[in-house]
Amino acid sequence: MPTNSLPRLIPRPEGAFAAAPRPVRIARIVQENYRIRSYLLAETMPHAYPGQFVMAWLPGIGEKPFSMAGNAPIKLTLAAVGKFSEAVHTLDEGETLWIRGPFGRGFSIEGERPLLVGGGYGAAPIAWLAETLWRRGKQPVVVLGGRTADDIFGTEPFDRMGIPVVVTTEDGSQGEAGRVTAPVERLLATEVADSLCAVGPHGMLKALEAAALAHRIPAQLSWEAFMGCAIGLCGMCEHEDGSLLCVEGPVLDVATRNEMR
Amino acid sequence: MGYTCRTITYPREDALLTTSLAGVPLRNPLVLASGIIGTSATLLRRAATLGAGAVTAKSAGPVPRIGHVNPICFDWGEGLINAVGLPNPGAAHEAALLAEARELLQGSETALIASIFAGTPDEFAQSAETVLRAKPDILEVNISCPNVHDDFGEPFAASCAGAASVAAAVKPVCDAAGVPMFIKVAPNVPNIGRIAADAIAAGGVGITAINTMPGMVIDIESGRPILTNRSGGVSGPAIKPIAVRAIYEIRQTLPDVPIIGTGGVNTGADAIELLMAGATAVGVGSALYYRGLDAMTQIGEEMVAWMQAHGVRQLSEVQNRAHQ
Ligand SMILES: Cc1cc2nc3c(=O)[nH]c(=O)nc-3n(C[C@H](O)[C@H](O)[C@H](O)COP(=O)(O)OP(=O)(O)OC[C@H]3O[C@@H](n4cnc5c(N)ncnc54)[C@H](O)[C@@H]3O)c2cc1C
Ligand code: FES
Repeated sequence: MPTNSLPRLIPRPEGAFAAAPRPVRIARIVQENYRIRSYLLAETMPHAYPGQFVMAWLPGIGEKPFSMAGNAPIKLTLAAVGKFSEAVHTLDEGETLWIRGPFGRGFSIEGERPLLVGGGYGAAPIAWLAETLWRRGKQPVVVLGGRTADDIFGTEPFDRMGIPVVVTTEDGSQGEAGRVTAPVERLLATEVADSLCAVGPHGMLKALEAAALAHRIPAQLSWEAFMGCAIGLCGMCEHEDGSLLCVEGPVLDVATRNEMR
Repeated sequence: MGYTCRTITYPREDALLTTSLAGVPLRNPLVLASGIIGTSATLLRRAATLGAGAVTAKSAGPVPRIGHVNPICFDWGEGLINAVGLPNPGAAHEAALLAEARELLQGSETALIASIFAGTPDEFAQSAETVLRAKPDILEVNISCPNVHDDFGEPFAASCAGAASVAAAVKPVCDAAGVPMFIKVAPNVPNIGRIAADAIAAGGVGITAINTMPGMVIDIESGRPILTNRSGGVSGPAIKPIAVRAIYEIRQTLPDVPIIGTGGVNTGADAIELLMAGATAVGVGSALYYRGLDAMTQIGEEMVAWMQAHGVRQLSEVQNRAHQ
């Protein structure tokens, strides 16, 4: 007879989800745009799924979290923005990156016509999610946003699968002028989409959270935080709602009003 | 908040697991170990909702500290290793965090344990005075962090004199506040029982045993230690037998002193084992990784199932049993 009547609140990620950082060879590097490169590693991670992340380590430099943009082979897409990501950008094909993972909870939404939104390097994990859903017979619609045309990359895989893509740029140099929110509002209002998933900067996610609540659709957003242990112990990744993003996220559900009733 | 609210259901009071620690009543003997998600008031409350009988906040020092650069913690196969480096907001900010945690823990019947570290006995006393303003139920004095050697030198837990000097400095502060002081001791000493005894003789009320065990993991591809701090503290299943023996030895030396036994507890059976070795309550840390954030709920359920299967009606029947 159990004393403690708490439900199992937190399902753990599937599979062997953590170990020491292990060396993996970089098989191929793709220059996606002026500051973003994709790294295809000489290893697969069959139990990983879209929305999960790995911790990448470079000895003497540091260790940072990166969303997976593919698992067969493992693909990471990195923007060079600071100490660690710039160091990764100096690596060549054949060199080594150390990774541990996969960690966290990824996307699990069950809509038939999911609207997938990517901002910045978020386009890469969104492409993997789109492919996964498309293979399951769903009809995803994609919106990619950036500041200018130079920021937009990775539209080809969607074209290949016949997945409609709307591009927005803040300066109007490619696609619609403005932010992702305008096409998102339109696609939700016309019920082209019945659910929402997004990877991108904090501000974009905040706007999409509001849109999902207003349209009462199920939505899952991938949030970022500084990560230390990545295994739910150090407390560094606490999100504003109290979730530990490394184990309960990085993908969190936006509660729709229906669910909250 | 836009996210699914987690139901806050406190575990049902169960007479089987109730105990007390230096006069502080606990609804169950499971103590969230210091350094495990105890970095905010909201996380301390979550630990309470997830089954803790007491929660220990992350250790705070006299001034804010950033901690070590990643990697700071990982699973090396048979256990975990960490060198987080005691990042903390400093005692003054910590006192505010603890006060907030106090509020959030109202009604949860979960005790609040503050934890401090410092570089000198005087600084320990100052930090104690500051955090005790928040009126925690217990103060844990961490004289045994293995990962800040560069900044603080050899831990006070390494010698009888070191342990006693800190206990003696903090005692008047704890006495004035009416808060029992627990001294957290290190496993990598030849005489843990004597060190604990001297810390108690100098004014400690209880002992927390053990801190993590110093260790190192080297990546042979790069030839470098994986932790940025190079060495770290080993925790998890690998150190349970070390903890059991340390607790046993302290209990032999100090028959009546409350002990928070900590080290490698993943299951109810592990917790019972530490109680039998002499623990009064049982710290839980790495298990939140091995079994999920609700590890303490699971461990509590397993303890009750074991006690019922063995006709045990209260914890005192198992506590110290290995000494009989
Ligand atoms: C779950 C998760 C998934 C992530 N996935 C990816 C990913 O797929 N690809 C990726 O490139 N990064 C990703 N990141 C971010 C990544 O972990 C690092 O934070 C980022 O690479 C910066 O680290 P750095 O050491 O290079 O820069 P730092 O030295 O930490 O920062 C340098 C400067 O860059 C700024 N900065 C930090 N992050 C960003 C950013 N994302 N965009 C713009 N400016 C920034 C900082 O504010 C700072 O001013 C993810 C983070 C999380 C938590
Ligand atoms: S990164 Fe340590 S708890 Fe999430």
